[in-house]
Amino acid sequence: MKTQIREMLAQYASLPSAATLDDDADLYAAGMSSHGSVQLMLALEDTFDVEFPDNLLNRRSFSTITIIEQTVNQLVAGKEAA
Amino acid sequence: MDVALNAHGSTLLERARRVAGIAGQHADDVDRNARFPREAVDALISERLLSIQIPVTLGGEGATTAQIAEACTVISQACSASAMVFAMHHIKLSSLVSHGIDSPWHQSFMRRIVDEQLLIASATTEGGIGGNMRNSICAIEIDGDTCRLQKDATVISYGRHADAILITSRAHPDAVTTDQVMTVFTKDQYTLERTNEWDTLGMRGTCSEGYLFKGEAPKEQILPKPFAEIAAQSMLASSHLLWGGVWYGIAVNAMTRAQAFVRAAARKSPGQTPPGALHLAEASSLLQQVRANVTAGLARYEAALAEPELLSSMGFSVAMNNVKIAVSQTVPKIIDHAMQITGIMGYKNGTAFSLGRHLRDAQSAQLMISNDRILANTSNMLLVNKIETNLLG
Ligand SMILES: Cc1cc2nc3c(=O)[nH]c(=O)nc-3n(C[C@H](O)[C@H](O)[C@H](O)COP(=O)(O)OP(=O)(O)OC[C@H]3O[C@@H](n4cnc5c(N)ncnc54)[C@H](O)[C@@H]3O)c2cc1C
Repeated sequence: MKTQIREMLAQYASLPSAATLDDDADLYAAGMSSHGSVQLMLALEDTFDVEFPDNLLNRRSFSTITIIEQTVNQLVAGKEAA
Repeated sequence: MDVALNAHGSTLLERARRVAGIAGQHADDVDRNARFPREAVDALISERLLSIQIPVTLGGEGATTAQIAEACTVISQACSASAMVFAMHHIKLSSLVSHGIDSPWHQSFMRRIVDEQLLIASATTEGGIGGNMRNSICAIEIDGDTCRLQKDATVISYGRHADAILITSRAHPDAVTTDQVMTVFTKDQYTLERTNEWDTLGMRGTCSEGYLFKGEAPKEQILPKPFAEIAAQSMLASSHLLWGGVWYGIAVNAMTRAQAFVRAAARKSPGQTPPGALHLAEASSLLQQVRANVTAGLARYEAALAEPELLSSMGFSVAMNNVKIAVSQTVPKIIDHAMQITGIMGYKNGTAFSLGRHLRDAQSAQLMISNDRILANTSNMLLVNKIETNLLG
């Protein structure tokens, strides 16, 4: 999933450097704007058919590739359990 | 924490009222000559109101944002430019208190603010960037233990009168525009070369001139947190809420004048409803909306301070943005009603009902971080953040 997230970061969050970014690199420090992070969320929601609840809409949930993957996995698992 | 009384036994409110008394005597002169409200700031210093926000452990009084906002409202009813200086100073302190509390340099600087009642200014706005404060062009350069910064700071309120400036920049020369830090420079560590004057419609006493800033200081004066966090966790809320307190104060004073006008008319012809009475009723409903917005925002901030996750959530940002939009749009409407009520007496300068200064000062609210910019930011967040469906939160 990390590769997919990297592609989305490049395409929707205007982060062309995403391909070479470390899994734990701070995406905001790499140049992701709040506008970019929202575009990324929308793309993730569409691709993985999930919806981010409001309590996950904070800076931390989208701050690194690892955390994004964990968040999405958690939502996908929650959906399957339901 | 109890800040009800200071050493002289006065409440915070009493101290703010004494400042307002002095600020009011000079408000028209400050406005006419676009000069720094020296008398009001001296009064803030002698009432020791410049350090109330600093924690008790560092010698301050640990005042809450709500208490500071109340002082803003009190002073603004007398002179909104003086109140805005007070508000902007405390917005800077909120960043120091929230993000500098674990750093030895910033702790000792806060003690200095208490001891010397230093006045702190802000330089986020930059030539080529405007009010988009989450981006910087200029970059701080670190050379051994020293940091150096040059910034085309197009608006620094009371820049020439401040004892220190908190200034944003990129974190290093290779950083992207959003990778920012905020640094404290004290007066002896920078030069200001004036590039813009401040001959404006309103808020003339804030003396918000533009400068080419050049500073050099020990690198430990850089706040140890990314500016993105500082902006989200302390500046966003304290700016909108303290500005809100100032703008509410302008509206309150316009309404006080309008009500005095209506009551004078009512007393002259008992039994008849004076012509302005309906306007007054309509405006009082608007005034209540503004007050409800600011106080609800203050309560929400107070609650979020206990939960860092909440503080950096989108829902919180949307709520603070909405306070700013609503207050800045509504206050000019209230003053407009007051003008309809007082008629030529409100339109003229130098009467007990004059409203020109109020009208002009209040116009700045929508531009001070442009409402268009804030709405664009909120509309983006609303693509994912859900509308709140319950009444009580
Ligand atoms: C009384 C007063 C005191 C101030 N004091 C200080 C201070 O001490 N320190 C400091 O740093 N700054 C200060 N400022 C500046 C303030 O914080 C804003 O940065 C400034 O008012 C914005 O200036 P601007 O309208 O030229 O720029 P911009 O923000 O660039 O806006 C210009 C116009 O462009 C439009 N616009 C531009 N970009 C967008 C966008 N992305 N979305 C939608 N619309 C957009 C808007 O319609 C706006 O009206 C002060 C301002 C005032 C009024």
